[in-house]
Amino acid sequence: MIAVLALLLVCQLGGEILARSLALPMPGPVVGLILLAVILLVWVQRRPDLKGTLLDKVTTFLVGGLGLLFVPTGVGVVQQLGLLGDYGVGIVLTLIISAVLTMLATVGAFLLVKRWTGRRS
Amino acid sequence: MNDPFALWVYLSSTPLLWLTVTLCVWIGADWLALKSGRNPLVNPVLLSIIAVGAVLLATGTPYARYFEGAQFVHFLLGPAIVAIAVPLVTNRKIVMENLLPLLGALLAGSVTAIVSVVLLGRLFGLPPDVLLALVPKSVTAGVAMGIAEQIGGSPSLTAVLVVLTGVTGAVLVTPIMNALKITDYAARGFSVGLASHGIGTARAFAVDPVAGTFAGIAMGLNAVLTSVLAPVLAAWLV
Repeated sequence: MIAVLALLLVCQLGGEILARSLALPMPGPVVGLILLAVILLVWVQRRPDLKGTLLDKVTTFLVGGLGLLFVPTGVGVVQQLGLLGDYGVGIVLTLIISAVLTMLATVGAFLLVKRWTGRRS
Repeated sequence: MNDPFALWVYLSSTPLLWLTVTLCVWIGADWLALKSGRNPLVNPVLLSIIAVGAVLLATGTPYARYFEGAQFVHFLLGPAIVAIAVPLVTNRKIVMENLLPLLGALLAGSVTAIVSVVLLGRLFGLPPDVLLALVPKSVTAGVAMGIAEQIGGSPSLTAVLVVLTGVTGAVLVTPIMNALKITDYAARGFSVGLASHGIGTARAFAVDPVAGTFAGIAMGLNAVLTSVLAPVLAAWLV
């Protein structure tokens, strides 16, 4: 348990160090994700599967509870009530329509490229 | 300490109280979501924010004091992003099979997220500082705040817009994809992860593990691509 948390933190710290010192356009945790993926890819060459390991359990717990981790940030809305009073309707409409357009563009491009590449092979 | 008011004054200034409130409210909200059969409209993140926000307003507690307790939960956002490496590696076969669709969708989605939010914001008469804060709204919280700072938007406003976008996508994805009869869970997950980062990813994991994995990948990749695109597109659009 502690070892898994330490592994995640070491990767995140390594990610921060790399991102800052090389001035990468990527955020530290994302570089950390890549570092851990590389470590795990080497690991799965020797061990057959990650499923059921403590690492799998802890990370499933963390990723599954992702929603909770956004609550402290979201509660910050209490500081923005004045702004939302002035522009609330415009902001909400902008966010809703933009989210729908983004999902449609993403899913459309995904299925389109899948159809093209599927035909070729 | 016999005086309940003195006890409140003491407790409300400790991280213990607000951390406990955050966790307990989340448990209640998640229970309601489960009871609703994971109905997309009963979003646990939205319910928790409304409940905790109401408590803060009712008790006159400043957000900064609340955050002293809640930061312990907030801190886990970074390790949780790193943790997505695990489902990524476990599902590497299906990821490699979908590599090209995934990259095409990433580019289309990332550009659409940025361009659409600025153009719509203008259409609805939002001022330039709000437009700048809106640019990285589809990116996960910590990263989006960094991008906002870089392009001259307010990080604290961006954080709230990010969470609102996350909830919006998580609520809308299932009805939209069902209406369009899209059954490819890799595609569905990828689209909600791209548009709605971690909150969309949490929703995707609640629906299907493959959808969750692709949502996590989309969240990670979009954080990278938006970090590169946002400064260029913001300078051009805003």
